[in-house]
Amino acid sequence: MTIPTSSTAQVIPGQGAMAAPEAAKPAKAKRQRFLFLKNKKAAFGLIILGLYVLFAIIGPWITPYDPDARSNDLVQPPSADHWFGTTHLGQDVFSQVLDGTRPVVFVGFLAGTIATVLSVIIGITAGYLGGKTDDTLSALSNVFLVIPAIPLMIIITSILDNASNLLIALIIGLTSWSWNARVLRAQTLSLRRRDYIEASRATGEKTWRIIGFELLPNLTAVIASGFIGTVIFAVLSLITLAFIGIVSAAGWNWGTILFWAQGQQALAQGAWWWFVPAGLAIAFLGTALSLINFAIDEFVSPRLRSAGKTKLKTASGGTVRMRIGFTPVLSNSPEPHTRAQIHPDAMTPVAREATK
Amino acid sequence: MKYFLQRIAFYLFTAWAAITLNFFIPRLVPGDPVQSLIAKFRGQLSTEAINSLYVLFGLDDNKGLWAQYVDYWKQLFQGDLGLSFTFFPSPVADIIGDALPWTVLLVGITTVISFLIGTGLGVFAGWRRGSWTDGLLPVTTFFSSVPYFWLGIIAIYLLTGPDSFFPSSGGFDSSLVPAWDQYFIPSALQHSLLPALTILISSVSGWILSMRNMMVTVSSEDYITVAHAKGLSERRVAVSYAARNALLPNISGFALSLGFIVGGTLLVEIVFSYPGLGFILLQALGAKDYPLMQGIFLVITISVLVANLLADLAYLLLDPRTRKEG
Amino acid sequence: MEPVLEIRNLNVEYGLGDRAVRAVRDVNLTLHRGEVLGLAGESGSGKSTLAYGLTRLLAPPGVITGGEVIYHPEKGDPYDVLGLSDKALRAFRWAETAIVFQGAMNSLNPVHKISTQLTDVLKAHDPNMSEHSRNARAREMLKLVGISPDRMDAYPHQLSGGMRQRVMIGMALILQPQVVIMDEPTTALDVVMQRQILGQLIELRERLGFSVIFITHDLSLLVEFSNRIAIMYGGRIVEEAPASTIYRDALHPYSKGLLSSFPALRGPRRELAGIPGSPPDLAGMPTGCSFHPRCPKAFEPCSTHIPVLGRPDSPDGAARSVACWLHPTEQPVG
Repeated sequence: MTIPTSSTAQVIPGQGAMAAPEAAKPAKAKRQRFLFLKNKKAAFGLIILGLYVLFAIIGPWITPYDPDARSNDLVQPPSADHWFGTTHLGQDVFSQVLDGTRPVVFVGFLAGTIATVLSVIIGITAGYLGGKTDDTLSALSNVFLVIPAIPLMIIITSILDNASNLLIALIIGLTSWSWNARVLRAQTLSLRRRDYIEASRATGEKTWRIIGFELLPNLTAVIASGFIGTVIFAVLSLITLAFIGIVSAAGWNWGTILFWAQGQQALAQGAWWWFVPAGLAIAFLGTALSLINFAIDEFVSPRLRSAGKTKLKTASGGTVRMRIGFTPVLSNSPEPHTRAQIHPDAMTPVAREATK
Repeated sequence: MKYFLQRIAFYLFTAWAAITLNFFIPRLVPGDPVQSLIAKFRGQLSTEAINSLYVLFGLDDNKGLWAQYVDYWKQLFQGDLGLSFTFFPSPVADIIGDALPWTVLLVGITTVISFLIGTGLGVFAGWRRGSWTDGLLPVTTFFSSVPYFWLGIIAIYLLTGPDSFFPSSGGFDSSLVPAWDQYFIPSALQHSLLPALTILISSVSGWILSMRNMMVTVSSEDYITVAHAKGLSERRVAVSYAARNALLPNISGFALSLGFIVGGTLLVEIVFSYPGLGFILLQALGAKDYPLMQGIFLVITISVLVANLLADLAYLLLDPRTRKEG
Repeated sequence: MEPVLEIRNLNVEYGLGDRAVRAVRDVNLTLHRGEVLGLAGESGSGKSTLAYGLTRLLAPPGVITGGEVIYHPEKGDPYDVLGLSDKALRAFRWAETAIVFQGAMNSLNPVHKISTQLTDVLKAHDPNMSEHSRNARAREMLKLVGISPDRMDAYPHQLSGGMRQRVMIGMALILQPQVVIMDEPTTALDVVMQRQILGQLIELRERLGFSVIFITHDLSLLVEFSNRIAIMYGGRIVEEAPASTIYRDALHPYSKGLLSSFPALRGPRRELAGIPGSPPDLAGMPTGCSFHPRCPKAFEPCSTHIPVLGRPDSPDGAARSVACWLHPTEQPVG
């Protein structure tokens, strides 16, 4: 259950470079968007995510077995007939995992959308309008941030007996918008003081136009990153709720598979195939989404980009590393300079030590 | 000092909001849970207990909502969280009182250790960019995408068994009676190792990553170049200049994400049948034990608030800019 | 005059391989003992890169691709700073060349007291110094730059911008270096404060006898406060001469353009005019003289051949150098 900690810096105004991302100039935006796809992390993450979305759409149609259908192959290890083995009732785990993709992706994206819309409305309003509105909305999002979301979700879901996937998405979305709202508020605050926004305000442009045409385009990356973060969180929340067995009515998902595996002592029976595929499915989806988010972070704050090639060959054949504080020197004087004697009196004690 | 008072005011407000939320939640419950409970424990409930339940569930038709709210606060101040259905007739407060130390010790200590280790590794990864530590990042990303409880299941599968050092469930050896003695404490420690390791592995990567990113951001600040120009040792520049500044936003992040972490750790307790709040919550859910659920939610929220307050205090000590003279 | 620091054929690039950008090109420059050498140019001309390159302080992806920086210590033989080991370089830094950075706001570590930041440099260079004498020295430096020593325990955010920059100057002088590099030291301050601080620095220089490399885009400040001025364009030095000579009789059209873009503080009134066009993109430098697309006097050789920095054929030619086809040079410098 991690949150997009990489955006920590965005939350604390005035800390770090992320507090003021380079506002992409409109003319450059197209080229940069193209560059974003060139980022290896983004490309890899998007491909995996695409596969998940594909399976979410076609999964239930291509399952080799009905995920509920029982058979006589009880608790069988993976085989040609049952790729991921079978459960205590002889159900095909592979079909369950495939069938369970749709609700996970559905809840993840719906909850992510709800939370993002809420956070955009609340965060930007607070940051742009300031004053009392800001105080009230900030207090509200801070309260939601501090109240532990998972226990709250668990209790609400358990009270609303047999909640549907739609309802679960709604609950997750309504309880997980606060982090993004905070990030967006901080970003809006810093953007609002920029010259071009001030200029639009001074020329009497309408507030909704400024927000819609000047602010939002510059917040796209931050909003996208928040959306992805919430999708990760929503997926994990759904799995959690399903694992403790309070959404059993909502059909198969990976959490439900784990719930049955745990309840039927899959561990004690050594049936690793029962819980490993579902867990890996979650982990790979989470990894893909995280990679996309790293790419967005690097896109917004170029300093975070991994340093690329950092080892250099010098003229004399040695290697030096690029690092802060000691700029590499590739080639020195053509004629080798004799290391001269420095008069000891002219040096600090450490220099004396260093030249010995 | 003003900063600190503001924070306290905020936490009091949040506590009030959580308690009020807690007051309204059971009023969403369809039907009359008290009636079914009375039926279940026919003759065993005292009139007083039934009244207390009605106040708790807001089914006291004779009173308006406001009067109910006042009664609820009165009960709360007496430490009365109602009676548990599952462990009838134990008061909820007693059950939570038994479970809380387990959770606080396991989750509290592990989270702090995880933060310290992750921050330390993050300092290293951020300072030595391009070294082998960058290769760790994909691994840590993968681990942070795995649900805590699933990692717990895998740990149980791989590491426990009849001959293993690690017990697969419980908080202590069932033949022992909880006491502060030389038998019980080692047993409790042994039982907490695997859950702690699970929480550690899945939560540490988040801290590594965020600290690394903060280090990278801070490393290009002017004062780092100045520190290098001054000819200070690498160690002093990295620790006293870069890490010391990068730590501040990470502490804020730590405070803010506690609420999220606690949710994940409750599930670890469930997987390991560890006698903390999460395990009790599971039982309460199974039995539709609303008073116990509410009590647990309240206690978790207050604990997170207290932890936040402590993190704020640490921030206050570390950042001179929040301190005002006098 | 005796040299303190000789820069020879220094080349600095950003990035690696094909995408590398040459920010400093074949720069030759000599700083003499006790003088204030001004380094002027628009942003992107390479003046700050040159200053940070001297002591290998450029952040990645900066790379020094060639050249030498010869330092002449007060006693002993000269040596190449770029050839020092990390350990020796660390010991060299601040003890021999200190830097006052651009933007006093961020040059001080926000979480440590002024006293800590003043004394840690003493501790790093002289571990045997007692804590008492370190503190005494720090107080002395604060007094020297006109800050009450009881501000020792203050944090940077508790000081004004001017005070912070004074602290930085005091910090720069604490080890009595031979060379002080000042990179836009007063840009963030108001005009009154600028002059006050610079005046104080010049006075300190006379008292303590260090040399200064003063980098700024503000040529008027240089004319007033420096002995000699070097003007950079597109990573090269295009003209170098005594300050008064530059002011009276600049030879390079770019220097003339820079001079006419600010009002004269003393002397006769002049007409104000900017330089048309914008500084060149370092990644796509024009062929020939890099200034030729903006130069009002460009003629045939300018777009194809790079002019070499050398002594112009003029009466005062011995004391100055220029790189321009309008002024054929007798011999290259360096």
